[in-house]
Amino acid sequence: MRIKSRKDFWSGLMFIVTGVAFAWGATSYSFGSSARPGPAYFPFGLGALLALLGVIVLVKALVFEVEGGDPIGHWGFRPALLVLAAVLLFGLTLPTLGMAVALPLLIFVGSLGSGEFRLKEVLVSCIVLTFFSWLVFAKGLGLTIPMGPSFLAG
Amino acid sequence: MELLDHLTLGFGVAFSLVNLLYALAGAVLGTLIGVLPGLGPTATIAMLLPSIYALEATPALIMLAGIYYGAQYGGSTTAILINVPGEASSVVTAIDGYKMARRGRAGPALASAGLGSFFAGCVGTLVIAAFAPPLTELAFEFGPAEYFSLMALGLIGAVVLASGSLVKAIAMIILGLLLGQVNTDVISGVPRYSFDIAELTDGINFVAIAMGVFGFGEIIANLGRPAGHREVFTRDVKGLWPTGQDLRDMAPAVLRGTALGSVLGVLPGGGALLSSFASYTLEKKMRARAGEVPFGEGNIRGVAGPESANNAGAQTSFIPMLTLGIPPNAVMALMVGAMTIKGIQPGPQVMTSNPELFWGLIASMWVGNLMLIVLNLPLIGIWIKLLTVPYRMLYPAILAFCCIGLYTLNNNNFDVFVGALFGLVGLVFHKLGCEPAPLLLGFILGPMMEENLRRALLLSRGDWSTFVTRPLSAGLLSAAVLLIVLVSLPAIRNRRQEAFRDAD
Repeated sequence: MRIKSRKDFWSGLMFIVTGVAFAWGATSYSFGSSARPGPAYFPFGLGALLALLGVIVLVKALVFEVEGGDPIGHWGFRPALLVLAAVLLFGLTLPTLGMAVALPLLIFVGSLGSGEFRLKEVLVSCIVLTFFSWLVFAKGLGLTIPMGPSFLAG
Repeated sequence: MELLDHLTLGFGVAFSLVNLLYALAGAVLGTLIGVLPGLGPTATIAMLLPSIYALEATPALIMLAGIYYGAQYGGSTTAILINVPGEASSVVTAIDGYKMARRGRAGPALASAGLGSFFAGCVGTLVIAAFAPPLTELAFEFGPAEYFSLMALGLIGAVVLASGSLVKAIAMIILGLLLGQVNTDVISGVPRYSFDIAELTDGINFVAIAMGVFGFGEIIANLGRPAGHREVFTRDVKGLWPTGQDLRDMAPAVLRGTALGSVLGVLPGGGALLSSFASYTLEKKMRARAGEVPFGEGNIRGVAGPESANNAGAQTSFIPMLTLGIPPNAVMALMVGAMTIKGIQPGPQVMTSNPELFWGLIASMWVGNLMLIVLNLPLIGIWIKLLTVPYRMLYPAILAFCCIGLYTLNNNNFDVFVGALFGLVGLVFHKLGCEPAPLLLGFILGPMMEENLRRALLLSRGDWSTFVTRPLSAGLLSAAVLLIVLVSLPAIRNRRQEAFRDAD
């Protein structure tokens, strides 16, 4: 069978897998009865419903002709990878190295994702944004964010 | 008169120095993100949620509200000057607004958008003040069955009025409801879907989802797109004032847009976006004056109507959130989250338990609109300069603020990782053509819906017919069914697609 809409085919599959996973996960909790619904009652019903809707989307994607085949298109792996890596790096480094290191790192790695990386601009951004964030979030709003490396603070 | 007393109280609160300052901050920020394409009110409000821990509830909500309606003003500037909608709700404004700018009439286009928005904002504020109290009365009659049915109607309404595939949109809602199930069950105390991760027993933080999907996901999607050529009509913005003929043309469009927006904003799923589309379609149907510029070529009604409608809709979408505690769109879902952060349980009791907050917020909307008209017309030059900032410098800043926001939610890097994960999920949604806004709405309403469903079933001893035998609940559910049937009718389905295609 030929896939007629790629987007819908994969969406349908995604809904089916997630729905089944949630419904299956719900089976480890008590289901209860309609008179006394337990913790599994609602998620199980929803999971089943989601899987059902997924089947409808999937079948439609296999049956109805769509102009151009609805391709998913270019994924843009480079920006996705670099932006998400930058965020993960920030999350990993912030608790130990503090914002003074983690934030420039985030901006630097994140900027690599744009395809028009300009070193001077990025370095200026790093300095300006880090200072601005310290001023607004730490000084102004009084949020608790580790500022510098924890081993320096002793 | 009661309304007058309420408004007096409200203006008393809104005119305090602190609240004026935060209203101004909201208006400035709103205009800023409205002008900048690629950063919307949903991501911005999500970004700012952690910082409102430090604020009082009233100024915090005044500021967040200002961002939402401020973005409606700013969005039109970008749409008119560079043919890129700064905000989704300005998509239709770009059609005629940009053509007007090309003909050297950027000034009148901006003025009609600004003046129309201001008029609509004033009317919208009055509509909220007048209709919120009676709706609150009604809400006190609601039992769990009614609340469940109302939420079902709200969720269905949110998707039938949106663009794209109906089945996929409903599936996205259910996915959102399911993600909301990752928590500790309120009734039995059993942690669900937590995989023994301590942080997950409190549930996924909705800020992490909103920022991941709307913040990171959109950045990645924008970067994957080839950079478009931007042509900015800055030097043409000289004469702002519209001619007499312009005023005569736009006045009825503003009135119609305001009326339409005020009604559509209250509907579940309504708000700024839907209102602007509906208004543009309506204006096109209206008979044109002899010699009027045709639509799509730079008709001033095509700017004034939708811009009034989206601002009116943005205002009145606060009604269901304030009176019932039920958000009609993703931004209002975040407002509910903000109230919860400040320890206020959203719902009909807010009006009586926090009258300063309730009326202060409403009055601040009028004040905010007044600030916005000043910010957006005389000071337009500042915002135009901002349009020259390239995206490659803009997005690292968004990234930085999102990450700091995520960390400070709980002073824990766990939320940063969850945000990154949802960035990836958001990218998948984007690629598969799955609209993410209904997911967020479902996520917020999920736990409330489950609780009310289970309470209703408990009360009826397991009898599902309780949802259709109680008249109010039956009415709400049949409205939901009717909506689905209506949208599935071929005639309406084609019209709906047509209306959204106009925007492309």
